[in-house]
Amino acid sequence: MVKYQASDIDRTFSALADPTRRHVLLRLKDEPGLSVSELARPLSLKLPGMMKHLDVLSDAGLITRAKTGRTVSVNLSVGPMREAMEWLKRYERFWTVSIDRLVALVEEDGER
Amino acid sequence: MTKSLPSVTIVRKIKAPPAKVWAAITQPELMMQWWGPDAGPTLSVVADVRPGGRFSVVFRLVNGEEHNPTGIYQEVVPEKTLVFTWDFPEAPERESLVTFRLEPFDGGTDLTLTHEHLPDEGARKSHEEGWRGLLDKLPVFLGDCE
Repeated sequence: MVKYQASDIDRTFSALADPTRRHVLLRLKDEPGLSVSELARPLSLKLPGMMKHLDVLSDAGLITRAKTGRTVSVNLSVGPMREAMEWLKRYERFWTVSIDRLVALVEEDGER
Repeated sequence: MTKSLPSVTIVRKIKAPPAKVWAAITQPELMMQWWGPDAGPTLSVVADVRPGGRFSVVFRLVNGEEHNPTGIYQEVVPEKTLVFTWDFPEAPERESLVTFRLEPFDGGTDLTLTHEHLPDEGARKSHEEGWRGLLDKLPVFLGDCE
């Protein structure tokens, strides 16, 4: 049931734990290929700050960066995110069924 | 609220008093009867229900796979709160956290279960806003994630 690379999924969860980084991901979803400065501008972040966030996202495998001349364009990469969602779904299923059975058990007992 | 953590939350209204629900989630012979994600049997339960005590459950799925979640009880307030870690054998330094909260209401118990994954201390502090929000929007874009 718990079949995944714990360290990978930890990186994903950590990367997603920051509002700036989530903002970046959502923007990239709508506007793939944005440059680093285009990403930084609306957040009034300096480039080095944005680079740090992008490093975290990149280490987690959530984005890819490609250099064209002097511009770095950033794109989403969805594999790890999917894994994180599967983690959630797996446990959702586990607990939903278990709790249904728990409820049946205690409610049935009550009527005896 | 820690809703913003990557977490699973399940809420149920149960027509049984908190004492009965508490017994079902803490007594091994009762835990044997419901713990598990499908109709497969629960094979063994260790539940040393006190802070620092250990839990270990072995269950078999209908498909024959066996699993053995283990963890340590963190918080035990009878008929109210039960918190325990759920460890990952592949990464002993990492864990997730399961919380059962029971609230009495007239004629029953409100049960809230949360299972959250705890990436690390730093990450835990910065979860102020919708993690879920992101996940809610992503399926559109992930497309085939189902």
